[in-house]
Amino acid sequence: MSDFNIMEDKLSNAQIAWRAAQDIEDGSYVNLGIGFPEMIAKFQPEGRDVTYHTENGVLGFGKAPAEGEEDWDLINAGKKAITLNPGASFFHHADSFSMVRGGHLDLAVLGAYQVAQNGDLANWRVGSKGVPAVGGAMDLVHGAKRVAVVTDHVTKDGGPKLVESCTFPLTGVGCVTRVYTSLAVIDIEGGKFILREKLPGLSMEALQAVTGATLHTEGDVLDLIVPQDL
Amino acid sequence: MDKTISTPAEAVADIPDGAQVMIGGFGGSGAPIELIHALIDRFRATGSPKNITVINNNAGNGYIGIAAMIKAGMVKKMICSFPRSSNAEAFNEKFLAGEIELELVPQGTLAERIRAAGAGIPAFYTPTSFGTELAEGKPTEEFDGKMYVREGWLKADFALIKGQMGDTVGNMTYRMAGRNFNPLMAMAAAKTIAQVSELGEPGSIDPQQVITPGIFVDAIVEVAQPQQEEVLVRTGVVY
Repeated sequence: MSDFNIMEDKLSNAQIAWRAAQDIEDGSYVNLGIGFPEMIAKFQPEGRDVTYHTENGVLGFGKAPAEGEEDWDLINAGKKAITLNPGASFFHHADSFSMVRGGHLDLAVLGAYQVAQNGDLANWRVGSKGVPAVGGAMDLVHGAKRVAVVTDHVTKDGGPKLVESCTFPLTGVGCVTRVYTSLAVIDIEGGKFILREKLPGLSMEALQAVTGATLHTEGDVLDLIVPQDL
Repeated sequence: MDKTISTPAEAVADIPDGAQVMIGGFGGSGAPIELIHALIDRFRATGSPKNITVINNNAGNGYIGIAAMIKAGMVKKMICSFPRSSNAEAFNEKFLAGEIELELVPQGTLAERIRAAGAGIPAFYTPTSFGTELAEGKPTEEFDGKMYVREGWLKADFALIKGQMGDTVGNMTYRMAGRNFNPLMAMAAAKTIAQVSELGEPGSIDPQQVITPGIFVDAIVEVAQPQQEEVLVRTGVVY
């Protein structure tokens, strides 16, 4: 057995975001969910031309402005100030969600509380307490050609986030196609988790032990290698 | 057909108790702050309008705009997608105390329900929310092997919206991401009241640049230097 420690040796959010960014294709239209998924844009590989969509009606936004340079009529769905890239456009909310549901986006990347082996996603509330808020999450899981999730592999308590079936309220049914976690890259196909990549020091058994449903393999499982200095 | 109204107070003067009111804006952008504050002024002075249902993406931020309406006690119900923003204490307090109703609608469904109302489409099917608790009790149907949820149009008695340029016949443009729900709400309300930063004569806006055609706008008032919601929230303004 290796001396791999899951809580210490797992990838940071930045490293997960970096790995997810490597799969963003040149020429694609992409929506990154509020919070952690937004970090992916920072790691977009050089030479790829990617157009980012945000639900509140902007296509082609760029980096955040310098402090003091914000124009608060120019924000993203996370209500953060943004800038525009050449070729950007504005549109109203119905057009924006036509882009989402109408199959016009190539990729949507979201966070998760739980992902089930059939692709069900739970990412909008964990129980019935407090003020519920859904935003655009239930729309974003439909329509994009690929719906990916970035997440820690386990909860703060070490429990599985990849499960047989979600126990938290669902955001969408059978919608996730790929999960980038702090330990592995996993596809969802035919109602199964298919392991594609795992951290090199981590054994199959140890990974399975922190996963709430069976991990299947098809051919080689590649090493999940990311830069250490992110 | 001059739709000009001279002040925000006059523009909102006939909104009655119990009205269903759409208010444009998303987060801190595109909110018609002066129209909202004129409505609050009237409530403070006369006790009316009360028991308002507000339709907006959020449920107010800080202590201005919709949050100030809620704080003032004029709002009976919110129909929105994301009430839990970082500065949403006004709504949170009332909601957790059971003093305000909430209808939670996914953001794209909210936009499409408003658009449908404006377009005369009573219902439509969307993949959004299928299999979730927000679809409970709603009809579903399969199209091309995928399941969809039926949603109904969402109308309002009034819409309060904010634009950049306007003309006296109601044509409008918007400023950047301040567009958001504003053009949809303009279509969906029995009476649409707009505030614009620059109000000109017909012809002052190039017809090719018009985003909301004047047919959707009933009253238009110039607010030359409008307050910006996010700036007010960040500077801690209390209305």
